[in-house]
Amino acid sequence: MAFGSGLVKGLGVTFKEITKTVTKGAETVQYPHQKEDPAPRARGVIALHEGNCTSCMLCVRECPDWCIYIEGHKELAPPRRAGGKPRQVNKLDRFDIDYGLCMYCGICVEVCPFEALFWSPEYEYSEPRIADLLHDKTRLSQWMETVPDFETYEAGSEAKVLKVPR
Amino acid sequence: MITSFLALEPAYWQSTIFKLLMAFVAVLLPAGGTVYLYLFKMVSFMQSRLGPMEAGPYGSLQLVAELGKNLQKEDLIPAKADRFVYAAAPYVVLVSTFLLVLVIPFGPDATFADLDTGVFFALAVTSVSVIGILMAGWASASKYSLLGGLRAAGQLIAYELPLVLAVVGVVIQAGTLNLQGIVSAQIDGQIFGWGGIGNPFILTQFIGFFIFMVAVQAELTQTPFDMPIAESELVAGYMTEYSGFRFLMFFIGEFATANIFAFLASVLFLGGWSIPPFIADALFADGNYSNIMNFVGPLIMGGKMLVLTFIIYWVRFTYPRFREDQLQKFAWKFLIPLALVNIAVTGLLKVVFE
Repeated sequence: MAFGSGLVKGLGVTFKEITKTVTKGAETVQYPHQKEDPAPRARGVIALHEGNCTSCMLCVRECPDWCIYIEGHKELAPPRRAGGKPRQVNKLDRFDIDYGLCMYCGICVEVCPFEALFWSPEYEYSEPRIADLLHDKTRLSQWMETVPDFETYEAGSEAKVLKVPR
Repeated sequence: MITSFLALEPAYWQSTIFKLLMAFVAVLLPAGGTVYLYLFKMVSFMQSRLGPMEAGPYGSLQLVAELGKNLQKEDLIPAKADRFVYAAAPYVVLVSTFLLVLVIPFGPDATFADLDTGVFFALAVTSVSVIGILMAGWASASKYSLLGGLRAAGQLIAYELPLVLAVVGVVIQAGTLNLQGIVSAQIDGQIFGWGGIGNPFILTQFIGFFIFMVAVQAELTQTPFDMPIAESELVAGYMTEYSGFRFLMFFIGEFATANIFAFLASVLFLGGWSIPPFIADALFADGNYSNIMNFVGPLIMGGKMLVLTFIIYWVRFTYPRFREDQLQKFAWKFLIPLALVNIAVTGLLKVVFE
């Protein structure tokens, strides 16, 4: 290795990168005009399937940022069979996630025992006012449309592939 | 003057205004061009991205946007700053840039001032920017600025010497301090009796050229010699407290000086505004082409400047930063002795061959 050969090599690296970008195009995309496809299980936003939520509050307690707010009450539903006792069901009054606080750890999705929370890869929901980052249950339910189906596991796996409730 | 070609006999005040306008063109046009071409685009390509794309076609009006942004910004002056010195510092830096362009010959007659000691003047006025930077560093009343200013002063003084000594070789060979004289010495020069391309001094003074370009890099405080700015430790060095238009002036000063040093290097080492004599002889049979060269010369100078600034920015965005002691060692223990040896050898050979 002659003296200074590393310096020349360094110049070569940057020059090669210039020619590569000029001839083959950049690695980046021009965002508002072009969009990159996020990975299918990317953590973009959390979607809520309202029907599955029992307001058990597990997600609220586990959330490290305390960014989930749930309020609910019990309601009586008509009995399943005729002549039976009316059932008691939980009714969600409020289910908010404050994305100004959320750190996208996904613990709420993991911890939910009733499959009410799902990851969606959507990411374009920035707001000019920080208060607007609080998504209420209607908004969170709308994200359900964007949740992709779970991928099938590799061959030989015994775990059941979950289905996304639609 | 160029205007003699147009059969005009301008009065003194007319030619002064013309020169004044052309000085702004000669400083700002190449600065804007190279900042867009190299600082915005080439660097982005090095990092495999496209750089600014939104303002104008292919982002070409980005500089106008930056200008507008900087002009709207509040002009902050720190409470404990020495207000007059703080406000004056960017002007001092910018003045050194404009003084430097005065002696650069862009054509046989297209100069602002044809000084007999052109090289001496050019190298002397580069030192003015040191004063401006020290003023900025001291008057900001900020520790970052002070450290940056002192580092800059130490570095600029250390690299002034190799810059001067590298040019001495060229001056010995050309036998004149006049920049026009250096250009014509290169046109009339011969390589072993063959005068087809003249004798651009880069062929005989390649060591001088190397030292000159390294010293220029350090004078501009560009990476790998950007210890005075060192954004990871000093925020922005002596520019830390500046904002708005004053910051813009530092910015213009830095990048315009890069171009003007490139102009100077192309005059000293690459034959300046001249075209190789064998092409000139073929195109102009009567050998009198100085009027046309007054218009073609600036373009040739521009082309050479683009090549040299490409090297400056290429090096700038390839290498990591020198440590302060390495930086001083490199100047005092390597560049200056090398330049002295170069001068001695050039002098010896000059005596031997003539």
